[in-house]
Amino acid sequence: MALSDFDRALIAATQTGLPLVARPYEAVGAMLGVSGEQVRERLGQMLSDGLIRRIGAVPNHYRLGYVANGMTVWDVDDAQVDALGERVGALPGVSHCYRRPRERPLWPYNLFAMVHGRSREEVERQAEAIRTLLGAACAANDILYSSAILKKAGLRLKEN
Amino acid sequence: MPDTPALATFALPDRTDLRLIDHLHGGLPLTERPFAEVGAALGLPEDEVIERLGRLLARGTLTRFGPLFQIERAGGQFVLAALEVPESAFQRIAAIVNQLPEVAHNYRREHRLNMWFVVAAESHEAARAALDRIGRLTGLPVHAFPKEREYFVGLRLAATVEEGPHGTE
Repeated sequence: MALSDFDRALIAATQTGLPLVARPYEAVGAMLGVSGEQVRERLGQMLSDGLIRRIGAVPNHYRLGYVANGMTVWDVDDAQVDALGERVGALPGVSHCYRRPRERPLWPYNLFAMVHGRSREEVERQAEAIRTLLGAACAANDILYSSAILKKAGLRLKEN
Repeated sequence: MPDTPALATFALPDRTDLRLIDHLHGGLPLTERPFAEVGAALGLPEDEVIERLGRLLARGTLTRFGPLFQIERAGGQFVLAALEVPESAFQRIAAIVNQLPEVAHNYRREHRLNMWFVVAAESHEAARAALDRIGRLTGLPVHAFPKEREYFVGLRLAATVEEGPHGTE
């Protein structure tokens, strides 16, 4: 799916946020020289195409009290990782779950699951649930806690 | 602890803010006056919805409000990458990495690989170029872990379950 010039302009105009005014889509349209209805139609199409996941609020986990943010990583048997990854992703408390390449010997892990909790104990309980689910298919694991947010900006498309 | 969030100083969202955040997780309607619609669902006037969102953004409770683009659907790529940064150079390297517009977020993590960031680019080539650039600018090997498969992405944090932060790191 290639982006049209209008799509690029629309992304550039909204990627840092929607204007907080009563008619936000009309305000974006005014910036781009189109009607609010055209903006809404295109955004709706992007939503149904999956180019937009949702139009919503991105909270800072820390400020909602989720101060323990653990990237749990797992070395899972290649033949079983996809089936197990789907099940890990379905666990409550897991916000992102991906398969990624290993980089042995430094990095033996191929399954990543982000877990958020109000304390490290809470994260560890959830990691324990993942470990139980993975069972013998998991050879090694670790939890990388975040100790600082250095940047959180979201997507930045360059304007052409 | 200069780089640890100072939790005690956070202005906490109130119960209405939390209901608003939870509600908006489902998405903003694509209607002419979407905040009026959100307000109607929550029993709030339109201008209060707008005002609260502005305040949550200004305080950093929300980092962003708007469309969340899934650029991979248009040929783009998100790449998770990590660096092993000597402690003495940590702030300097963080500044170098953060200045790149392609770096969407960056976290310090407790591991030998202590800096983890995501590069978001419009193509695989652009992502590769950004990673190469980070390697050149920092003088450190960049360990890239591009997504091979996505099993789940979503936020199932129950914002309204409890108020305020509990526990500290």
